[in-house]
Amino acid sequence: MQVSREEILHIADLADLNIEEEKIDKYLLNLQDILNFANIVNKQDVSNLEITIGSNEAKNVFRKDEVKVFENTESLLENAPKKEQNMFKIPKVIN
Amino acid sequence: MARDDYEIVIGLEVHAELSTKTKIFCNCKTAFGARPNTQICPVCTAMPGALPVLNEKVVEYAVKAGLATNCEIERNSKNDRKNYFYPDTPKAYQISQYDKPLCIGGNIEIETSNGTKKIGITRIHIEDDAGKLNHDDLGGGSLVDLNRAGVPLIEIVSEPDMRSSEEADKYLKKLKSILEYIEVSDCKMEEGSLRADVNVSVRKKGEKAFGQRTEMKNMNSFRSIVRAIDYEAQRQIDVIEAGRKISQETLRWDEVSGKTFSMRDKENAEDYRYFPDPDLVAIKLSEEYIQNVKNSLPELPESRKKRYLEQYNLSEKDAKIITSSKYLSDLFEKAGEISGNIKAVGNWIISDISRILNETEQDPISIPFDAKQLAELVMLIDKGTISSSIGKKVLEELFENPRSPEEIIKEKGWIQISDEGAIKEIVLKILEANPQSIADFKAGKDRAIGFLVGQAMKETKGKANPQMLNKMFLEELNK
Amino acid sequence: MDITELTVHELQQKLKNKELTAVQIVKAYIDRINEKEPKVDAFITLQLEEALKKAEEIDSKIANGEDISSLAGIPIGIKDNICTKGVKTTCASKMLENFIAPYDATVMEKINAEEIIDLGKLNMDEFAMGSSTEYSYFKKTKNPWDLTRIPGGSSGGPAAAVAANLVPWALGTDTGGSIRQPAAVCGVVGLKPTYGLVSRYGVVAFASSLDQVGTFTKDVEDCAKLLNVIAGRDEKDTTSVDVGKKDYTQSLGKEIKGLKIGVPKEFYGEGINQEVKNAILNAMEEYKKLGAEVEEFSLDVAELSLATYYIIACAEASSNLGRYDGIRYGYRTKNYNNVRELMKNSRSEGFGEEVKRRIILGTYVLSSGYYDAYYKKAQQVRTLVNNKFNEAFKKYDVLLTPTSPTTAFKLGEKSTNPLEMYLSDICTVSVNIAGLPGISIPCGVDSKGLPIGMQLIGNKFSEETILKVAYAYEKQTKFRENYKPTFKEGV
Repeated sequence: MQVSREEILHIADLADLNIEEEKIDKYLLNLQDILNFANIVNKQDVSNLEITIGSNEAKNVFRKDEVKVFENTESLLENAPKKEQNMFKIPKVIN
Repeated sequence: MARDDYEIVIGLEVHAELSTKTKIFCNCKTAFGARPNTQICPVCTAMPGALPVLNEKVVEYAVKAGLATNCEIERNSKNDRKNYFYPDTPKAYQISQYDKPLCIGGNIEIETSNGTKKIGITRIHIEDDAGKLNHDDLGGGSLVDLNRAGVPLIEIVSEPDMRSSEEADKYLKKLKSILEYIEVSDCKMEEGSLRADVNVSVRKKGEKAFGQRTEMKNMNSFRSIVRAIDYEAQRQIDVIEAGRKISQETLRWDEVSGKTFSMRDKENAEDYRYFPDPDLVAIKLSEEYIQNVKNSLPELPESRKKRYLEQYNLSEKDAKIITSSKYLSDLFEKAGEISGNIKAVGNWIISDISRILNETEQDPISIPFDAKQLAELVMLIDKGTISSSIGKKVLEELFENPRSPEEIIKEKGWIQISDEGAIKEIVLKILEANPQSIADFKAGKDRAIGFLVGQAMKETKGKANPQMLNKMFLEELNK
Repeated sequence: MDITELTVHELQQKLKNKELTAVQIVKAYIDRINEKEPKVDAFITLQLEEALKKAEEIDSKIANGEDISSLAGIPIGIKDNICTKGVKTTCASKMLENFIAPYDATVMEKINAEEIIDLGKLNMDEFAMGSSTEYSYFKKTKNPWDLTRIPGGSSGGPAAAVAANLVPWALGTDTGGSIRQPAAVCGVVGLKPTYGLVSRYGVVAFASSLDQVGTFTKDVEDCAKLLNVIAGRDEKDTTSVDVGKKDYTQSLGKEIKGLKIGVPKEFYGEGINQEVKNAILNAMEEYKKLGAEVEEFSLDVAELSLATYYIIACAEASSNLGRYDGIRYGYRTKNYNNVRELMKNSRSEGFGEEVKRRIILGTYVLSSGYYDAYYKKAQQVRTLVNNKFNEAFKKYDVLLTPTSPTTAFKLGEKSTNPLEMYLSDICTVSVNIAGLPGISIPCGVDSKGLPIGMQLIGNKFSEETILKVAYAYEKQTKFRENYKPTFKEGV
């Protein structure tokens, strides 16, 4: 499949990434290369096969509805670039 | 053309927070109103390396909701990631369900002005709630609180089966009542634990194809939903009538102006890139599991209503009012049992309690007194300790400052006067003051008795026993 | 006696016999690190003072006759994508340059419970994406056998550190070969356990359905010992499996006579270096001498798995790496006017090129219109690969392949061509796709004196079998006695 410039910019936007103008062609080339290689999967007849999501067939691994308090909640804010009133501070979000 | 030429089509996506003790994928508490970021852990703050583990109660509650709304339960379900970037979503994906929701294809019945109508339920799935963005009044930024991140939700998606704001309102109220009955959500709309995304479109009557719809997100009051639907439908009709097209968009309802506004920007190209969450394993529900959940379901409103009609001879209308809320219905049964006079309890609920709730715009769940206190009130009247007019005052007191009715009447001095001597004294005093009434009575006007009793009640501030007054007046007048 | 030359089981013996103290061991490693680390650049964060303090505590416990773990006082190195509470966990990324983990990964809790002493956090490709450790934001780790060459990747730091005797053993992670390939090119033993045998909780996710924590050791016996420590079901990781407590050292030394070893010919065909091929042929002969039945057969999964791998791994990574947005932790750009710019610019400036390349590929294959053609197809091909391996394990107890198509290549040689770099994983990825256990052990050197590794692949949860088979070969060939890293520059 041929990837266009517009497409890669759209994809980057979905991924919340900027691509610098001068690097677009390089990204395109790399992506195209890898996709061409990955196309091997499209040459296989897998029409009758189920999908495999993970590597084990476990099911119904649940947890009991029991409170376990994570003691040091402060440590979860310690890496924050900016915080205020025990919350993560970001620029104003207008809904 | 006028509004009457159009048909309104409404579909609702209702999000209900489940009343589990802990979050959906970690062991943090879900309590509302805690200090910001105190009910968090590495999982719900999306620390690098943290992994989700599904809470078994969430699956159980969702299956309960499905069974209570006549859904099929999916035997092979799974969790999927819905990817998007937003500052209240720490993982940058919501763990939701895409093509294998836990419940599919149900319905609930609503009573409309044109009779009973079935509203289809497309699906019910489980997912995690996002965090909350607070405004920082001092610094002018926003502040992220993740206490709510990971609180379990079910999303109940209806078919586009509703044709008026009234039907949408009925549907929501019915759904809320069912969720309360099966005790999977406390449905506190003011705390956001029940909220709805409202999809509205219009089409000319008789047309088969749906019109272009718009969506209003995160609405959490019945009244706003009704107003917003009416406004939005009219706006769409006006647009079409003006020869323009409705564009697919997400709208924001503004309560103050009573208008909808477009939420431009961010969602011009939504592509959530759903895929099965590789951190979680398959959910495969056995027949036995589903049967067990089915057996654990409490009696639902429909069946309670039927029982009330047969067992207590309630009218259809009264039974409906009482069963409209699990809280009211439980109050009815419990107070009935304690007092031994369920009929009287029913009357209190249908008349005065409902009136006060209406006047104060309160939900039954916020009734401050309990069944025992209501039962005591009924018993005090039955014993003749107080009159029913004093009873109404006691009820108001119960709403104001709930405590034992016995205590209330003592404190207020509302105990009924049933002492024969005391009653006689009052009767004589009233007769002396009203010679005209005596004359009227003698002239055959029986109504005069009523007037005299009324005067005596006034004199005693409602405390005299009306039956005794009646009897004694007759005795005196016939002497 | 050079303490750092000893294996862990030898160190344990000497600790037990009181020939050595924990402090002596840790000091020997500190000296070795001071001498060799400037050449090798294996560490991102060193914890030497803390390590010495812990060693003193352990020695005083021993002196007081307290009951302690038989591994207490043994040092270790940890790949820097495993969360260590209170210690920087960077994933070799600018994004997490100053990130201090607020909790311990489950494997770290197990390491700490044994009182094994963490000497520091080891270098890697950024977010474990790479095969040469050249994509680290901080430094390039060098191969101790030739300092102008790569140590493999993504766990290049752990592999080089064990090879250079900077740590006696180390923990790494393997998503497509990230333990086995660096182990091979650094001449050490590297094990990727069966998916689900070891908890992933606290291991910074690259591709959740493929990632697995594993070991770097000097020999197979140490490998079994370290596996004993880290294996086990964890209630915090629903993909971890309970297979009961096992002592993996028990199977070592048992006979392999009559054992069936399959050698898939597709794994040493085109693109595999001739000297590597020869080493595998020699290994086949060795196994025959040991009484095993060795047989070539066809198993066409290598290329297919690699294609599947890049689709699935990148798709999962694109989602797993969404959380790095500059809000709660990690790098935050200085260049923003609103929250959208804050998130987007932080991500764009905080991630390196390779990480961004894979996020974009992953986003592409999941995006509407391409999901069925790529992601869904890849998941179906994954089933196909599983089926083919299942067939193979009906006939064979273990499979023998090269680990890496070549020996260590030169620094900079492949870092500009992503696809060429990806082909370094051709022999290892199928094992991750199928969730199988794989071990790489040294099986000789090439004409330049660079180590060659061979891979033994087992059926799910048959770690005991591959350890036994690896151990038999190791005992027979004595690689460590014959070859040592030279720390020379260029061959």
